[in-house]
Amino acid sequence: MATTGTPTDITQGSRTRGGIGESTLRPDGILKVTGEFAYSSDMWHEDMLWGHTLRSTVAHAEIRSIDTAEALATPGVYAVLTYDDLPAEVKRYGLEFQDTPVLAHGKVRHHGEPVAIVAADHPETARRAAAKIRIDYADLPVVTDEASATAEGAPLVHEHRDDHHAEHVPHPNIVHRQPIVRGDAAGAAARADVVVSGEYVFGMQDQAFLGPESGLAVPGEDGGVDLYVATQWLHSDLRQIAPVLGLPEDKVRMTLSGVGGAFGGREDLSMQIHACLLALRTGKPVKIVYNRFESFFGHVHRHPAKLWYEHGATREGKLTHMKCRIVLDGGAYASASPAVVGNASSLSVGPYAVEDVDIEALALYTNNPPCGAMRGFGAVQACFAYEAQMDKLAAGLDMDPVEFRRLNAMEQGTLLPTGQRVDSPAPVAELLRRVKARPMPPERQWLAAGEAADVRALPGGLSNTTHGEGVVRGVGYAVGLKNVGFSEGFDDYSTARVRMEVINGEPVATVHTAMAEVGQGGVTVHAQIARTELGVAQVTIQPADTRVGSAGSTSASRQTYVTGGAIKNTCEHVREKVLEIGRARFGTYHPAWATAELLLESGKVVTDGGEVLADLVDVLEGESVDLELEWRHRPTQAFDLRTGQGNGHVQYSFAAHRAVVEVDTELGLVKVVELAVAQDVGKALNPLSVLGQIQGGTTQGLGVAVMEEIIVDPKTAKVRNPSFTDYLIPTILDTPTIPVDVLELADEHAPYGLRGIGEAPTLSSTPAVLAAIRNATGLELNRTPVRPEHLTGT
Amino acid sequence: MRVNFTVNGRPQEADDVWEGESLLYVLRERMGLPGSKNACEQGECGSCTVRLDGLPVCACLVAAGQVEGRDVVTVEGLADFAEQRAERGGCGADGSEGSAPADGTAGSATCGTSLQRAQRWQAGGTDSRTGEGGDLSPIQQAFIDAGAVQCGFCTPGLLVTADEMLERNPSPSDADIREALSGNLCRCTGYEKILDAVRLAAARQSEAV
Ligand code: FES
Ligand code: FES
Repeated sequence: MATTGTPTDITQGSRTRGGIGESTLRPDGILKVTGEFAYSSDMWHEDMLWGHTLRSTVAHAEIRSIDTAEALATPGVYAVLTYDDLPAEVKRYGLEFQDTPVLAHGKVRHHGEPVAIVAADHPETARRAAAKIRIDYADLPVVTDEASATAEGAPLVHEHRDDHHAEHVPHPNIVHRQPIVRGDAAGAAARADVVVSGEYVFGMQDQAFLGPESGLAVPGEDGGVDLYVATQWLHSDLRQIAPVLGLPEDKVRMTLSGVGGAFGGREDLSMQIHACLLALRTGKPVKIVYNRFESFFGHVHRHPAKLWYEHGATREGKLTHMKCRIVLDGGAYASASPAVVGNASSLSVGPYAVEDVDIEALALYTNNPPCGAMRGFGAVQACFAYEAQMDKLAAGLDMDPVEFRRLNAMEQGTLLPTGQRVDSPAPVAELLRRVKARPMPPERQWLAAGEAADVRALPGGLSNTTHGEGVVRGVGYAVGLKNVGFSEGFDDYSTARVRMEVINGEPVATVHTAMAEVGQGGVTVHAQIARTELGVAQVTIQPADTRVGSAGSTSASRQTYVTGGAIKNTCEHVREKVLEIGRARFGTYHPAWATAELLLESGKVVTDGGEVLADLVDVLEGESVDLELEWRHRPTQAFDLRTGQGNGHVQYSFAAHRAVVEVDTELGLVKVVELAVAQDVGKALNPLSVLGQIQGGTTQGLGVAVMEEIIVDPKTAKVRNPSFTDYLIPTILDTPTIPVDVLELADEHAPYGLRGIGEAPTLSSTPAVLAAIRNATGLELNRTPVRPEHLTGT
Repeated sequence: MRVNFTVNGRPQEADDVWEGESLLYVLRERMGLPGSKNACEQGECGSCTVRLDGLPVCACLVAAGQVEGRDVVTVEGLADFAEQRAERGGCGADGSEGSAPADGTAGSATCGTSLQRAQRWQAGGTDSRTGEGGDLSPIQQAFIDAGAVQCGFCTPGLLVTADEMLERNPSPSDADIREALSGNLCRCTGYEKILDAVRLAAARQSEAV
């Protein structure tokens, strides 16, 4: 096939060495530094067309008519499709509820909703043709927050709900609601010497991965389609795409192409169905690449939230109770909102022991942009609020904020508000102790050279707004609790295929899974696992595609655990088969074949005493072992819809941060000087990747603390800043040094004792920075991101 | 229109270029050089950075017609470019920037980052592949070794920017590195490993001199 660098080339023939625990380098590293790695936007096919999406310019409107004649008549245009052209009965899709139309029908529910798609021979032709499509919109009133969405007579975002939560929610504009009641919060409140409460606001954050939504759909001769795309979960995409195309799943063949970051933003479909529809209609390969503006409309964002919290504590510093109400704005379509609600409620107390709680979390349907998965998934918003509350309590008791947290820190054995016992190490106090014990970065670093102030180290940086006058320092702490893997009874399995054979006189293992490598380094640790289990140097990681069983999503910090676990498990079975072959061939020559514990090491079969029995090359000569197996972690349970009780989570991950900031109090500018982290990773399979994940997650938390927010006009529900000019993510100048302290307390239930890593550092980073800014300025600051006007009172 | 220019040392001709096409589009979609990345196409992220007559520019902001008769280096040509520069004695392969160190002392006295510090990451345990892949430029190898590549979408732009900075300033301080790379966004790494990589490349270069 004439695609440039088809994904087949991506990870083949990894020549890296090293088993688990080593900082083995990425097998795709060389391709990535030479520009040869084929990302989804690099796919190319002779004779291909370019697709473009026409999106709604209004948030909520009836579509009176769509006129595509002029667009279709444009030279170079091959197809213009609207809802009426959809080929199958099924015309909607969705992760949890099928509430999202492939193309708008009858009305649009949010700014940027796809209405029509165009295929043309040049991307600019497609864009210009799309601009010629005439749509007659009749504006409808918008609902944008809880008050407007649940007011009497409020317009319903979805008039006809048929999802499984529809009956359980108090209003049709509520996607899902999860109360959790445990103990007697009202009674316990009476024992409190100090009660603090607060209302907190968390802004809408964007994943802002750099590689745009993109891919190539190639029509097949059998009437099916091949799709090369960047996604987080091939099989979930497939399950949603095939019915809309009216094709059986085996006629939609999906291959992962290079993914330029994801962070939750690729869990939902973006251009997948559109590209396939255009390819099937025109009979030609169709490539779609969103530009940055469209990318902001093409994926869901992190739920903005309003949170009300009340905590009490005794004079001795013990928490008495917690009450909270968390309202998440899910926007126009459900996406992952129900699961986000489950996380926000069940993790709303954070890593603390509180027995008496009264919790409610819910997600709204509004006409705002749809929100769904993003790194930290519901736990982030809660952490922002409960950590602010911890500082307030400590202040109310005149205690050190770290000491106060330590007094209430969860430990192994503590119950979550859902009644679930935490049955693995929970080193919350230790993580806090470690970040606190770290030496402070020197004061007034901008003067370190002893000469004129280096403005680059000051708030405002090169804009030269201060030379240090009016700059004050603050320090803040935070710690967070995140679940790992999919919760609430979800069948969270993964599949691995492993083959072992002799190639060119060397034993070689080939690992094939459908795991989406999105940059996190899964391909590296998967090879490390195979090397460790099978004792071979040479491991080939095959490209991820739908010819192998599902690996589940690259989300929820779960892939090293679940797909890593699947590879480990399959390798163990392959090893047994290899030993069987060995026994049949050589068993008669040495009694140890029958009696000893046998291992595969350095290309040999050895006894646990270290005696070499045979070379793998000789054992496998002329034979190969090839197995594909599914693997599951311990099952979880759904939360009770009234009480929230249930063993809903698989595993937990903990991180603590200490932030040191300097604030220019005159201009309201913040410089984060240092963000120290301590995290328990259970077992670091690849220490270098572990650091990269922790530092990257920390930086995203820093972003939402001081700059990142999608601004939606509260009157029109239109997005105001869909560009990297106006939606700011941290640059290298905004990001401080991030020293990392890694703890490895094994979780005995997990493969190798490992813990999911990727999300926890995103939780506590934000509240630590906020706490530091409060500490520097004395301001209350109950919203994130903090903007200069919040600091200067203007 | 037709555009003639040099890419990575080779003369190229692009035909039927529409007047609104960017240099980035021509490189990626017409020349078959997708290494320069299209993350924002509005000059904000630096993923598309190439060198135009030696200077780093955002290829997405350069109209294709502007490069007529000029010289472009992309990430695909970085290794060759660095090798030729090394053969000429250090800096300014195109002769426009910097000068070759006369006494071979470049990068010693003013070095803001000590060799020891730059190589500290090795204490975390590297693997055996350092030194393999000899056809990479020093900055490319350093990005791999230091773990500065995750999704890698920012990497080509960062490499071109960092390579140019090291050409001008072989022993940058951390503040210099941050300043030079501030136009390149990375969403995955938190930049710490990218800093490590640039320090490492600088240290290796000064060792080699
Ligand atoms: S793609 Fe050119 S600067 Fe972002
Ligand atoms: S953007 Fe993914 S590695 Fe930099």
